[in-house]
Amino acid sequence: MEKTHILSILVENEAGVLARVSGLFSARGFNIDSICVAKTLEKNESKMIITTSGDTQILEQITKQLNRLINVIKVQELTDEDSVVRQTVLIKVNADETTKSDIVRIKDIFSGRIIDVSRNSYTLEVTGSERKIESLIDILRPLGIKDIVMTGIVAIQRARKLN
Amino acid sequence: MKPNNERNMMTGSKIIIESLIKEGVDTIFGYPGGAVMNIYDELLNYADKINHVLVRHEQGAAHAADGYARASGKVGVVLVTSGPGATNTITGIATAYMDSIPIVILTGQVPTNLIGNDAFQEADTVGITRPCTKHNYLVKDVKNLARTIKEAFYIASTGRPGPVLIDIPKDITSSVCEFDYPEGIELRSYNPTYFGHHVQISKVVKELLNAKRPLLYIGGGVIISNAAAELKELAELFDLPVTSTLMGLGGFPAEHSLFFGMLGMHGTYAANMAISNADFIIAIGARFDDRVTGKVEEFARNAKFAHIDIDPSSIGKNVKIEIPVVGDVKAVLNSLLEMLSTKSKEISSTQYDRLKWLEDINIWKYEHPLSYEMNDVIKPQYVIEKIYELTEGSAIISTEVGQNQMWAAQFYKFNNPRTFLTSGGLGTMGYGFPAAIGAQIACPEKTVFDIAGDGSIQMNIQELATAVQYNLPVKIAIINNNFLGMIRQWQELFYKKRYSFSEMNVNPDFVKLAEAYGAVGLRATKPNEVEDVIKKALSIKKPVIMDFVVAKEESVYPMVAPGAPITGMLLV
Repeated sequence: MEKTHILSILVENEAGVLARVSGLFSARGFNIDSICVAKTLEKNESKMIITTSGDTQILEQITKQLNRLINVIKVQELTDEDSVVRQTVLIKVNADETTKSDIVRIKDIFSGRIIDVSRNSYTLEVTGSERKIESLIDILRPLGIKDIVMTGIVAIQRARKLN
Repeated sequence: MKPNNERNMMTGSKIIIESLIKEGVDTIFGYPGGAVMNIYDELLNYADKINHVLVRHEQGAAHAADGYARASGKVGVVLVTSGPGATNTITGIATAYMDSIPIVILTGQVPTNLIGNDAFQEADTVGITRPCTKHNYLVKDVKNLARTIKEAFYIASTGRPGPVLIDIPKDITSSVCEFDYPEGIELRSYNPTYFGHHVQISKVVKELLNAKRPLLYIGGGVIISNAAAELKELAELFDLPVTSTLMGLGGFPAEHSLFFGMLGMHGTYAANMAISNADFIIAIGARFDDRVTGKVEEFARNAKFAHIDIDPSSIGKNVKIEIPVVGDVKAVLNSLLEMLSTKSKEISSTQYDRLKWLEDINIWKYEHPLSYEMNDVIKPQYVIEKIYELTEGSAIISTEVGQNQMWAAQFYKFNNPRTFLTSGGLGTMGYGFPAAIGAQIACPEKTVFDIAGDGSIQMNIQELATAVQYNLPVKIAIINNNFLGMIRQWQELFYKKRYSFSEMNVNPDFVKLAEAYGAVGLRATKPNEVEDVIKKALSIKKPVIMDFVVAKEESVYPMVAPGAPITGMLLV
């Protein structure tokens, strides 16, 4: 069954490694729904978080193909149950006298921040799960979204709970 | 730090050549150009240690290095310049990549300060070759040069082998640094698995002992891992029938009573029936290519599969595998044989079924053997049978792609590994002749034949000058039907005989062409001339072109229509 998967890929921090990974996805017909890359605490390593979709067989192939790349150190699938998944969105939304207080209330509900204000717009910063971001967008859409920027998804495995 | 005069200081060019020597390289296939002139200048000082073969087109260099690697098991080495020099090798690199052949390609690059400037003869070689190499490098500091070469040879030749490219800017070849070739190597993110998992191998043993209709389906991995002896032992231990992919030919003796030929689109009736009726199949170093499986949903529906392969991504890619075994074919077969050695008596419960199974396959073999009809024109299959006879099966055969390739696979009986060189994955016309040149250099004492078509030989015919220059007695047998024969065959079968641009209306006179290059040209136009032409070619210690004017509309059979199940064979 087609499903979204989050892959955490530890790679050597070398020139061209992003091109190797993204090239592999396009060459083999896999999708990248979102991608986030940044350094880790280790000097020579980077972590990529890629969200992709496909059935389990496709996921298995993606994982195996990624492992074939010489610069890939480790590939791990992160599931909703055992990991924390976050995305950040910056939204510039129309704001007039009648809607400003609504926007502030929405911001509070979504535990966001207002990071920029002008005479006729507010810019919100909200972090949360993909679903939370989607519902925020749904709620703000009637007010008129002037601009929107999203990060890709980042995710980290939860610490093991002691029973 | 030691003072400069005590350290082993060298230019990048010298480091490159010294590193190659450390890797045991004695042959380079190359073509000079602006960006590699420093390396070429240094190469002159090493004429006693390194044999540089000057090809006539960089594609020829890549294929020759590939043929050299396939025939010898060593890493083939290519040296070309930047820009067009590099791009001309791409087909050769992609060919080697698809068939898992270890070659190292050194490409020149414009000086580091010009990279990205659209400089003269600049191309993004690393970018262009990323999808068709196992790995590639751009060396930006001369200090990394030796280590990079060490890594490249290691990566190319271990695990699932493949081409590795090193792009070297011109200024790096003139920079100076200390040469200290690394002894060992450690790549954190690259650790191929050689030994199969004990539990998985014991599952194979169990299934094998219980199987009533077992079959070994072998591929190129058997040859790459030098496992022909282990495979033969396994097959003979339990009388297991063997079928092979195109790439696996030579991995098991073709004249062995347990061998039933190639399977797939142009496979034998017996092989395709056997794999469709088997109940347990061990795939050994094979990858379930679409030319093998036909309609994949119906491929070997009655069978359980074990799959031995060093590349985990090959396992379960196209067909569901019940018992995956990740590991080197040779190592896994040795473990398997060890476990089986204590179990030989347990087989008795299925012995009767197995005898019946072998009988069934033999009946299929005798019902529909590979065949063709003789008349007063030369049949391509006859030419190949005669080449087999007159070389006593001991030649190295390379092929081009198309009908010539399939007939060679069907009618030459390959009894030894590394004797059949063909572009199986990419299907590269123009591969065979330069590959034969590489093989002849690797194996000077052997007879090397390129079985070609009149279309494909023209794709790298310029290498005839190379063969003449180095006095390589490669024999080219052109199966000349004045057609792109396989295209014509498909057009006959699936396009109502609409021969759209598949006829070679104009071909050169191949005999005169050979003579123009300083080689020897021979021609046969009637069946009774074939033997004499081959005999004569074998007696000449020079490159020879044999122009066999064959039946124009002969087709390769059996044939499975693309996308059809492999039991649906067109037989003649």
